[in-house]
Amino acid sequence: MSNPTPRVRVPAKAKAGEVIEIKTLISHEMESGQRKDSSGKVIPRKIIKSFTASFNGKPFLESDWHPAISANPYQSFYFKVSEAGEFKFVWKDDDGSEYVSTNKIQLA
Amino acid sequence: MAQIKPVASRRQILTGLATAPLLLVIPNLAQATAAAVEAEIKKLYGDKAIGSGKIKLDVPQIAENGLVVPVTVEVESPMTDADYVKAIHVFADGNPLPGVVTYRFTPASGKAAVSFRMRLAATQNIVCVAEMSNGSLHTTKSEVKVTIGGCGG
Repeated sequence: MSNPTPRVRVPAKAKAGEVIEIKTLISHEMESGQRKDSSGKVIPRKIIKSFTASFNGKPFLESDWHPAISANPYQSFYFKVSEAGEFKFVWKDDDGSEYVSTNKIQLA
Repeated sequence: MAQIKPVASRRQILTGLATAPLLLVIPNLAQATAAAVEAEIKKLYGDKAIGSGKIKLDVPQIAENGLVVPVTVEVESPMTDADYVKAIHVFADGNPLPGVVTYRFTPASGKAAVSFRMRLAATQNIVCVAEMSNGSLHTTKSEVKVTIGGCGG
């Protein structure tokens, strides 16, 4: 897999004060660094090591991932809506690349 | 005629053959243990007392495929500025490495709950530690039986 693509599900609208569930999925092999190839050499580790979720520029959830996270990592978490705005989700790879998704939400 | 004494007896050779590959494999099989998980927790929080309760850890009792095991963690908290869950750490005591994931929350999270999917190399305990905004710690663990492991080839 060459190009990890994030997919995020955020409700389009929510009431102020409502707690919404956000689901994210990103295609990534999450090579653990524990496996060996056919010649017995260890395949080097290459995983997404961290994830940050921000709303209108303010981070509200951060996480650090270890090789025990499955390939094509899925996760779900929550956010308390207070205003309309934009989410920014950032996945950071071992190799320094960043995968970004932005999603808008409006007040119902 | 004096018997010629062999350099190594047949038994020695056989046990030698049997253990040699084991020795070669051991560095790669370095398994996390319950002690390794405790050491990780100690690294984070020192000797602070850890209570129980508050955490709901939802994992399957039996996982057919250790590559993708769904985990849901929820910590009871009002999630206000005065009282919220700061962090949830998840460890596994039978994987090559003890760490699984750490989530750090803010009151804006609304609810201290996350779901994700993890790898399990073998049947083992999932250990969860939650840190509250007042500094108190809670822990819980749950065993998952694994039919097919999820680490390495």
